[in-house]
Amino acid sequence: MARKTQLLPKIALGVVGWAVALWIFFPIFWMVLTGFKTEMDAISTPPHLIFHPTLQSYHDVFAQENYWHFTFNTVLMSVFATGGALLLGVPAAYSMAFFPGKRTRGTLLWMLSTRMLPPVGVLVPVYLIARSTHLLDTIIGLGIINLLTNLPIIVWMLYTFFKEVPVPILEAGRMDGANRWQEISVVLLPLALPGIASTALLSLILCWNEAFWSLNLTSSNAAPLASFIASFSSPEGLFFAKLSAASTLAVAPILVFGWFSQKQLVRGLTFGAVK
Amino acid sequence: MAKVELRDIRKTYHAEEIIKGVSLDINDEEFVVFVGPSGCGKSTLLRMIAGLEEISAGDLLIDGKRVNDIEPAKRGLAMVFQSYALYPHMNVYQNMEFGLKLAGMPEPERRQKINDVAKTLQLDSYLKHKPGQLSGGQRQRVAIGRAIVRNPKVFLFDEPLSNLDAALRGQMRVELATLHRRLKATTIYVTHDQVEAMTMADKIVVLQKGVVEQVGSPLELYHHPRNLFVARFIGSPPMNFLPVTVRSVTENGIVVALDHGAPVTVPVLPGETASAEAMTLGIRPEHIVLDPQGEITGTIRMVERLGALTLLHVALPDGALIIVQTDGDHGGEVDAPVGLRLLAENCHLFDARGMALTKLVRHRLAG
Repeated sequence: MARKTQLLPKIALGVVGWAVALWIFFPIFWMVLTGFKTEMDAISTPPHLIFHPTLQSYHDVFAQENYWHFTFNTVLMSVFATGGALLLGVPAAYSMAFFPGKRTRGTLLWMLSTRMLPPVGVLVPVYLIARSTHLLDTIIGLGIINLLTNLPIIVWMLYTFFKEVPVPILEAGRMDGANRWQEISVVLLPLALPGIASTALLSLILCWNEAFWSLNLTSSNAAPLASFIASFSSPEGLFFAKLSAASTLAVAPILVFGWFSQKQLVRGLTFGAVK
Repeated sequence: MAKVELRDIRKTYHAEEIIKGVSLDINDEEFVVFVGPSGCGKSTLLRMIAGLEEISAGDLLIDGKRVNDIEPAKRGLAMVFQSYALYPHMNVYQNMEFGLKLAGMPEPERRQKINDVAKTLQLDSYLKHKPGQLSGGQRQRVAIGRAIVRNPKVFLFDEPLSNLDAALRGQMRVELATLHRRLKATTIYVTHDQVEAMTMADKIVVLQKGVVEQVGSPLELYHHPRNLFVARFIGSPPMNFLPVTVRSVTENGIVVALDHGAPVTVPVLPGETASAEAMTLGIRPEHIVLDPQGEITGTIRMVERLGALTLLHVALPDGALIIVQTDGDHGGEVDAPVGLRLLAENCHLFDARGMALTKLVRHRLAG
């Protein structure tokens, strides 16, 4: 009897879980579906679920814009921003995790608070700085702004992972004669590798999907995939199918990447919570 | 090999002094154990010697050279941590090799050395294993091996056996003692387990609240504790304490009266003891014998049979409980009345400040 009474809430939870998952997934599903429709099918009401799939939108997209140019920019920018953020974040998180001072806690909170500011609030100063330093429409410029906006999250994540590394292991390294750099590179980093990998992964995804700065700080040379998508949104004419096709193309690589690394990502994001 | 000297070493954390001026000489080849209750500062003191904690004041000398500001690896020490602290991503061989590699030892020499040590520690068939694949005892051996290969002047052990089960702890205790006899390296060993301290040490340092209470050989501490704290801390089951009043001072010692029982003459130097002074008499469980004509009488409250010996928990008329050790075949029963005789020559007397009065005769093994 006891098992039966437990079964009901279990089923209910399952139903809720699936409903939420489908709710989240639906826009992506609809986007992919729309990409294979004709422009007419794409705007029809009520929407057609059964239609003749066509690759016309993809043909148009490839004919109109250089997809690989945007992808290349995005990859380069994401890798640059993530690498740079790790380079700054690892020493920062190391010192905060293992040599905390009176203000460490406050510094961490302050760093996070910078994420609470809507980016548009600093659009004008950032734009002006980028213009006067000739970083407008450059991969470096966009990379730097992505690096800086993601740095707080990266430091926070690394800090939590480093906190999980037993201090005596680092001390054993010190007793064995490791200097600071060897202690970090040979002892700490290999131990925190899963955490660092998921941090890097998250940063890559955030950079890849970032749109606000991409649209405001780049035009053509350094335009990433966010601009690629935006270029198919026009004030007149039918563009839903092309827009969907472009969006599908833009998110496909990171989606596949995320799919393959989901185990690592989930482990990283729930690290400590489930331990 | 090396001599370690501590000169008024102090440690201050957030304006609070945790180590309050420790001075100590640790001789070459000596096995010294720091023992004390948790929070007494013994681990902090060890970590200061290791160089993992800064020394707030005082001097630390190794072979006569001040090393306060020298980094850990350059002090010529090796440390074995309580949690073993092996590098989990390296195999046993790499764990032992790491320090040698950093010290710039050439590869053939390293291999020779590690293989030698692995053999003596029976680790030779595990060299390719990662720490995660080893049992607690094996991990402990790797940690010790990692310390030995570096050929340190001084070995530091921070409660190395506390994560092992009782049987393995006993075995490792013997192995460590044997190892020390063979390597003859100066060793500083921290533990809260007084059995480890008693069995392994050449010299025990009893610490309490950042202060050295007494330094001496195990039997010196056992038979001639300097104060109540050491008397209570060393020995298991612990020493019994009874309140007494001084009756008279004679050349054979001080005659004291128990609250309920006949007077006892304790053979100690009287010093400035005055008649009618209140004191504490200390006596170990094995120094009380069952005797119907004894000074005190009591009632057995509990019988603990350990096989080789029996511990009787006896309630005195005033309600105080004392422990009496008797032979394993003793047929004591709960609620039975017993007469007890205190072996006066083994009694200790502590004054009102808790300091022991010097005994007239030193124990022949106490050094």
